[in-house]
Amino acid sequence: MFRRLSDRKESSVSFTFNGVPTMASQGDSVAAALLAAGHCSTRRTPVSGAARGPYCMMGVCFECLVKIDGRPNRQGCMTTVVTGMRVETQDGAAMPGQEE
Amino acid sequence: MIQNVQSAADLAPAYDLVVVGAGPAGLSAAIEASTHGLAVLLADENESPGGQIYRSVDRASDADLTRMGPDYAAGRRLIERFRSADLSYARRATVWSVGPADEETGDGAHALEVGISLGGIARPIAADRVILATGALERPFPFPGWTMPGVMAAGAAQILVKSSGLVPSGRTILAGTGPLLYLLASQLLRAGVSVTAVVDTTPVENCRLALPHLLSFATSPYALKGLKLLLDVHRRTRVIRGVTAIEAFGSGQFSALRVRRGKKSLHIQGDLLLLHQGIAPNLNLTLAAGCDYVWDERLAAFRPTVDVCGASSVPGVSIAGDAAGIVGAVASALQGELAGLTAALDLNRLGQGAYQQRRNQLSRELALALRGRTFIEHRFRPGKTFRVPEDDGTIACRCEEITVGKLREVAALGVPGPNQMKAFTRCGMGPCQGRLCGLTAVELLAQYRDVSPGEVGYYRLRPPIKPVTLGELAALPHTEIAIVAVAGFVERAADGAQGK
Amino acid sequence: MDYDVIVIGGGLVGVSIAWGLSKCGQRVAIVDEGDLANRAARANFGLVWSSSKGLGNAAYSRWSRTSTANWHQLAAELKGETGIDTGFVQSGGFSIRLTPTELERGIASMAKLAGQPGMDAEGTPPLEYEILDQAETRRRLPLVGETVAGAIFSPLDGHANPLRLFAGFHKALQQRGVHYLPHRKTTAIRHRAGAFELAGDGWRLGAGKIVLAAGIGNTALAPMVGLNVPLSPSRGQIIVTERLKPFLSHATGYLRQTDEGSVLIGESKEATIDHQRPRGPITAVLAERALRTFPLLREAKAVRIWAAFRVVTPDGYPIYEQSERFPGAFAFACHSGVTLAANHALVLPRQISAGALSEDLSVFHSRRFHVPAAV
Repeated sequence: MFRRLSDRKESSVSFTFNGVPTMASQGDSVAAALLAAGHCSTRRTPVSGAARGPYCMMGVCFECLVKIDGRPNRQGCMTTVVTGMRVETQDGAAMPGQEE
Repeated sequence: MIQNVQSAADLAPAYDLVVVGAGPAGLSAAIEASTHGLAVLLADENESPGGQIYRSVDRASDADLTRMGPDYAAGRRLIERFRSADLSYARRATVWSVGPADEETGDGAHALEVGISLGGIARPIAADRVILATGALERPFPFPGWTMPGVMAAGAAQILVKSSGLVPSGRTILAGTGPLLYLLASQLLRAGVSVTAVVDTTPVENCRLALPHLLSFATSPYALKGLKLLLDVHRRTRVIRGVTAIEAFGSGQFSALRVRRGKKSLHIQGDLLLLHQGIAPNLNLTLAAGCDYVWDERLAAFRPTVDVCGASSVPGVSIAGDAAGIVGAVASALQGELAGLTAALDLNRLGQGAYQQRRNQLSRELALALRGRTFIEHRFRPGKTFRVPEDDGTIACRCEEITVGKLREVAALGVPGPNQMKAFTRCGMGPCQGRLCGLTAVELLAQYRDVSPGEVGYYRLRPPIKPVTLGELAALPHTEIAIVAVAGFVERAADGAQGK
Repeated sequence: MDYDVIVIGGGLVGVSIAWGLSKCGQRVAIVDEGDLANRAARANFGLVWSSSKGLGNAAYSRWSRTSTANWHQLAAELKGETGIDTGFVQSGGFSIRLTPTELERGIASMAKLAGQPGMDAEGTPPLEYEILDQAETRRRLPLVGETVAGAIFSPLDGHANPLRLFAGFHKALQQRGVHYLPHRKTTAIRHRAGAFELAGDGWRLGAGKIVLAAGIGNTALAPMVGLNVPLSPSRGQIIVTERLKPFLSHATGYLRQTDEGSVLIGESKEATIDHQRPRGPITAVLAERALRTFPLLREAKAVRIWAAFRVVTPDGYPIYEQSERFPGAFAFACHSGVTLAANHALVLPRQISAGALSEDLSVFHSRRFHVPAAV
């Protein structure tokens, strides 16, 4: 759903999304990297379980919440991807104490 | 040279001035205050300075600058000035509270306290003055289907281009009203994106209402730019005007937009829907700081009450830029400069004479920069049914999934305001803390009671204005009085031994 | 006369009583202040808790225990009328003690409470509690921190969702035709020819009886009808987290998980009503104790912190009274609007309708504060 403009020359970074190796560009936020990789649905709501994805990209809507390196409910648009990062879908509410 | 604050431990316990937000207003305020010798901390949530308007401009290539246009490129000079200023800069820092110094833990010398979280550690920082330059938010745009993946804010698409060089790869529909909608359409078209349609929801009567303000607009810098933009977009894609309702469809992901124009309706297939109906001041921190606010009918939004120099109702706290009312990048920078200058005066780093001279000059420039705004505000004021949807099934509160119908049901109970409505429904209780439902809830209640939203009021906002972990809160300074207030008594090592 | 009874105050105490009065066949209205009134009902914790209450006043212990028992009926009736589930569960509550000293003090205080004369009465559930040592506490609540010294458990205690309770009452009131009239701050009460006239800015209403349930506002209103409701300032602060998956079904005295998933933390008492801003040091101590209690909450995020004023009388027990000079004017003040909601909704309204508070409640008259100090 998003493509990288050909004149962008950042080096690439690899991370995993739900265990699947995924590439991002240096400087991408987690939310941008997921959109670039074709994932527009990145969490399920704690209320009805509805699928949601990044909406505002500027840290105000909390729709891009994901699990990052085991820590739940991180704002994907406010976190920069680094090599080896483990990103997972935030499925409903966080389970306390399950951080790894 | 700016001092980069890398961790919470590197923060000084106190600063003369803490500026929140590194957009044009915050950067200008910080630069100005630092030139007068104030010890300044600029705290910002993002990876790099620039705010949303100048996002990532300092690492933009020539191709990026050409794509985004000269108004974006202008941010480079500001950021260069900022980088060479003598102040402290904390990026990736969340400011979650601003208020009077605590009666117990305050140092007695500084009137204000700012709660900052950086790298997973929260600290209270003392300050004499605080300038809030928290910018604006996209106005909520509730209609059936606006919560589904594949529907995003137009501003989000701009951020993706600026910071990651990402553009929509499929059929893209833009819907809403306002200059940014056309700016984005033009930027995306220039980048080769397939923009299927621009669905313009501007109420038809806006043209008539804006007409009296045309003259000042025509002579403003906005006029020529705006006209060129409109012509450019019209030439290159389909623009649908006079739209009265929209609805997004898709199974699990956006796939089509239904557009109504009066009794007629059409379906437009698409892969991505980008929404915009203007921006509103980001109020959460200013309201949590206790600043008074008013309803601005022209903006159809609340804004904090400030004097000409940006001073709010809370002593020592000023507000500059879009956070105080939508003014755009140029005026924001001027307001920031004025607020920074005034902080320097208040803290006796500047004589009255020199201050007055600079202030008069800035005021003149500000008046010039604001020319044409009234026309724009009238011309692109979003329609009532797009602010408060008629469809009861529409989600108003995205976090708690509260529908407009539920809010109407509770409005009918005679709730005295949005806070009782929040208590009855949980509308506004989620992690976004009302940022995406507040205006909808208030305007709905105002419509129901047939009064101005100003009379209804807004949510009572309290810190933390962004979620902070209990671990961080637990590590904040403790006091004996607080321990007694919570546990009933202070336990000393000896007490524990006696207990065994 | 516009109404049989006007209740002043639309908080939890006011709506509970108004609902009960309506069930007694009274024509009722509630006059309330605006959205930003000092409303304890939007700040409460949601405990339905009686076990530790009433040290120094056995009648208060009995009154609390009866209300806890009556809660089952209240919850069922409200759900029947409105479909709103108040989330009431009486699964027992834990008073968690973090240190041996805290546990000892807790045990001593419970022993003193249970040993008071007059604790038992017919129709009142007896006070039951267990003292749990460290191992037993961990066995029943496996997620508590290793340093938790023990707990006092009572099967009488439980919790409810106070916001849904509040919303449920309001919905039921609307269905019953009770008039809820916000934005009407009462500034004057006159007694004329056996009836009352209330007045505020631009409004005036008459009623045969009035109930003062205005929380802290009662202090100013009571003297208008020959009553005296002294209240002591007490500010409480609560931290609320984002929604979390269920991990704790029991209430504890200062930490509970709501049925919607958020965790509420709060136990502070500050003798002040200077301001309603949450204070950093209080937040810090609350969070630190919460983490000692349940270390797994370390990464849970606080989304709101608020402070509000409790309605506390000088001795901490409620005030229930009728004016002797102006019969028909009642004044009520209490801190535990949730626990006592059942009695306020099911017991008091019958007495108000009948025109006299029962003899058991005489101990809660404010005249207890007017007795000259013993020499």
